[in-house]
Amino acid sequence: MSNPTVLFLQDVLQEPKLIDWEWIGENFWEDIVPAFQGHIFLSFVSVAVALVIALPVGIFSARYRKVYPPVTFVTGILYSIPSLALFAILISIPGVAIGPAPVIIALVAYSLLILIRNTVAGLDSVPPETIDAARGMGLTDRQILFRVELPLALPVIVAGIRIATVTIIGIATIGAYINGGGLGQLIFDGISRQFPTMIIAGAVLATALAIIADLLLLALERYLRPWARVRRT
Amino acid sequence: MLLEILEVYARPDFPEKLWQHVLLSLAALLVAIAIALPVALLIRNTRLGAAIAINIGNIGRAVPSLAILALALPLLGIGFASALVALTALAIPPILINASTGLREVSKDVIDAARGMGLSGGQILSRIQLPIAAPVIFAGIRTSAVQTVASATLATFIGGGGLGDLIVEGYSRRGPEILLAGALAVAILAIITEVGFGALERAFTPKGLKIAQKRGR
Repeated sequence: MSNPTVLFLQDVLQEPKLIDWEWIGENFWEDIVPAFQGHIFLSFVSVAVALVIALPVGIFSARYRKVYPPVTFVTGILYSIPSLALFAILISIPGVAIGPAPVIIALVAYSLLILIRNTVAGLDSVPPETIDAARGMGLTDRQILFRVELPLALPVIVAGIRIATVTIIGIATIGAYINGGGLGQLIFDGISRQFPTMIIAGAVLATALAIIADLLLLALERYLRPWARVRRT
Repeated sequence: MLLEILEVYARPDFPEKLWQHVLLSLAALLVAIAIALPVALLIRNTRLGAAIAINIGNIGRAVPSLAILALALPLLGIGFASALVALTALAIPPILINASTGLREVSKDVIDAARGMGLSGGQILSRIQLPIAAPVIFAGIRTSAVQTVASATLATFIGGGGLGDLIVEGYSRRGPEILLAGALAVAILAIITEVGFGALERAFTPKGLKIAQKRGR
């Protein structure tokens, strides 16, 4: 027991008490579960709203190519603005109060580039012969879009949703600084109270949520791309 | 409002905060490059290495940057140094994954042709693999640089300094001009980084590859 390494490890594990299981047990339902739910809410709403915007813009950009460069330019600039700065700019706008609303606006802004880019790439990946065949079968433009192009583009679009969701789950933690709620609240409270357990709880749960979302959407992507599964084997 | 923002930029501590931000980002990026590139070179011919690089990249994407910075607090303490360690850890995955895939995706035919022309292993690496992989490697460095400038804003929460200090000062003192001045400075710095590294990426693309890319279009 006099091994210095063991003593050092005991110090590290016990003295500053990195994980206080008692606190986790006591505050599980009061603090941790609501933060987790809030985080899922923020991320889900943001990706859903972003999709509603990105799908039509992506379809339009794929059709009218001249629109695409300016669209990627604007969304690209939005994407490169650091999140804390974007939150600060948003709450400086008169009428925007701190809370979940500016956080969701910023998270939507970050998703746009990825989602629009993948929508266009997905539509581009549809072979022209397939569209010709559909036209030859007498389908109208609208029918071709909804019955041929979008279903074939769907795996690539879902791949975009996957990247956007993982990104958003990470950035959403910073939203807690402007009272957006979510797991970032645990991290910020942990910093201000100098209480590592809260930081670790928030960090581990946010990472776990991102990994779970990543795996679920990856499974969906594979499911939607049966032809790739066949080709690979 | 504009005048008040400019007044913040005229404050004596503004250049210091800006310099801290740039120094923090640049140091983290350079250390990350110094770690990630040799590792990518070492693992370039092994399948296990590729799997490790991809997994580090995926985990790096899933761990929130705020989480890494906040975790540095109980482990390393408060201040510039612990922010630097956290930012370096965040900067490594994009560089590692791009360098690893970039080197791996150099076509076998090209390498065979080079070997046929009598080039040694070292020559193939320095004259064939590295130049061809350069654009992909630089794309990774660019992603990492923009991300590091953004994450350096969060260094303020663990006492690391930088432009995030202005945002926190403006937010907690309800000084909208300080808040906005900090936010705009960070946003402009990030966009300059993005554009600047984009130019660097093009500069490091070998002429032959550019011609091939144009033909491909």
